[in-house]
Amino acid sequence: MIRLEKICRTYQLGGQPVHALVDVDEHVPAGEHVAIMGPSGSGKSTLLYTLGCLDRPDSGSYWLAGREVARLSDEELTDVRRHHIGFVFQSFHLVPRLTAAENVELPMVFAGLPRAERRERVEAALASVDLSDRLDHRPDQLSGGERQRVALARATVMQPRLLLADEPTGNLDTSSGRQILDLLDHLNDAGTTLVVVTHDPSVARRAGRVIVLVDGHVVRRLPGGEVMGAADLFAP
Amino acid sequence: MTFNDLFRFALGSLGGHRLRTALSLLGMVIGVAAVVALTALGEGARRYVIEQFASIGTNLLIVVPGKTETTGLPGMVGGMPNELTLLDARALDRQIPEIDKVAPLVVGTDDASFGARRRQVAVVGSTWEFEEVRKLSVARGEFLPKADLQRGRPVVVLGLKVAQELFPGGEEPVGRIVRIGGWRMRVIGVLAPRGVQLGMNLDDVVIVPVVTAMKMFDRRSLFRIFVQVHGSAGLEATKQKVLRLLAERHDGTEDVTVLTQDALVATFSQILAALTLAVGAIAAISLSVAGIGIMNVMLVAVAERTREIGLLRAVGAGRRQVLVVFLTEAALLSAAGGLLGLAVGWLSIEILVQVFPALPASPPVWAVGAALALSFGVGLLFGWLPARRAARLDPVLALVSR
Repeated sequence: MIRLEKICRTYQLGGQPVHALVDVDEHVPAGEHVAIMGPSGSGKSTLLYTLGCLDRPDSGSYWLAGREVARLSDEELTDVRRHHIGFVFQSFHLVPRLTAAENVELPMVFAGLPRAERRERVEAALASVDLSDRLDHRPDQLSGGERQRVALARATVMQPRLLLADEPTGNLDTSSGRQILDLLDHLNDAGTTLVVVTHDPSVARRAGRVIVLVDGHVVRRLPGGEVMGAADLFAP
Repeated sequence: MTFNDLFRFALGSLGGHRLRTALSLLGMVIGVAAVVALTALGEGARRYVIEQFASIGTNLLIVVPGKTETTGLPGMVGGMPNELTLLDARALDRQIPEIDKVAPLVVGTDDASFGARRRQVAVVGSTWEFEEVRKLSVARGEFLPKADLQRGRPVVVLGLKVAQELFPGGEEPVGRIVRIGGWRMRVIGVLAPRGVQLGMNLDDVVIVPVVTAMKMFDRRSLFRIFVQVHGSAGLEATKQKVLRLLAERHDGTEDVTVLTQDALVATFSQILAALTLAVGAIAAISLSVAGIGIMNVMLVAVAERTREIGLLRAVGAGRRQVLVVFLTEAALLSAAGGLLGLAVGWLSIEILVQVFPALPASPPVWAVGAALALSFGVGLLFGWLPARRAARLDPVLALVSR
């Protein structure tokens, strides 16, 4: 599904170059569940956005589903995101003025899907996250867990093969978080490749494999079941 | 993304910020309303002037002795130009069927007095036809009698102001004998108020039979001849006939000038139309100010919705789609502002016409079209910069922005 070769990404922060990713090589087979861990500023978000074709590496190669995407134009990357990638964010990123149904509909609006099909898919997607009764609620009328479930419905409504989650439970209480993680596991079981960025060892433990990033370098790879605490993971 | 979706999305985001939307609309509303109302005012003034001329009589020819253009050798052969005479006037009346009425005119100034009151007045000598040709009306008594052209009876019609000054305190002038110059004349009528027209204050004149005036001022020739042409007859053709007849009567020399109202009206109309255009253009400047208002609002919107833009990019919106979304919002803003401004402009014109019924104010079609097109164009133009900024945002930075 994903193959990274010598991916480098450097950006300027306050005049200083920050090496967010340094020679990252990685292979993620289709259907795998990967967690990316690392301290703040280790480059894990940059890696996630690079995987999501929102950020472009300065050098290196990125094959997504057999296609080299690192050098694609903005237009082409947009198309890749539209059809192959779903995003879930820590802060939900719902458009506040739109209802749950309209938020879920958004990716299909930009993809130009016909209205009737959109309606059908919105209902199915919200049903799959158990929110059929919240179609016309705006985000401020929903709880945090419900918001993230709407966001998850939006991320999956285009049936992407790759789902990327950036701290999906970071703003949720334990039970809402568990609900989201169960839904993610469920999607992964159904064949969606899942990459989750997290601080939380209990989230990482659910992954088949954990990649640990420190200062832009991949320092460790281990099975999810072997994750104990964060402190020993990041130790050099 | 279909047009329908785009429209709904843009409308939704505008609706999300009612006050801001309303304020930026206001600028556009004022701009368009100003263009519409001011051009309507200019157009109203133009029509008012034309109507004023029309009230004098549009099918009027004015025959003036002498040639205004310089032609041929000066004075070597012909000597003095022939003068206009009463017989010329009568010939015009009798020999050209297109002519409805002819009013010969002699003017001079003299003293008018009644008892101890005395003032200087303009004396107009003419005939009964003058009343209709110049669209006069008599407030009291009657106008000059339909007597023979050649009879100079000692009667006078007073202009309103003259009557008021010679007969203060509501004294009845009709039937009284006044003195004009050395002549005793009986007042037979008083004119209704009229004001200044064609450079002559008709409230400040006395009108006597043309022959009387010629005797008073010892003249043999006329100052000019007013010719009223039948409504159906062509003004230009009649003008040529008048010129030909008078040339025939004046030993073959064309020594008169015939003026028409048309030329005069056209000149005034042109001047006022240019003025309307200028006023409209000034008002249009306010439209560009409104455009800057829209730009401001859109820039704020882009800054405020940076995270939303990042999200849109993440879920599969292309740069061009983001650009179009924001341009659509700007276009909607300006179009709505334009239409509202049109309504406000129209309303203010309606109120104006209620207050000044004499002013036929209505906006010219070109001004309405230009105001709408301009408001729309200005919206797009000034919406472009914010929309481009939105489209060029780095999606990752936009997503994580505060």
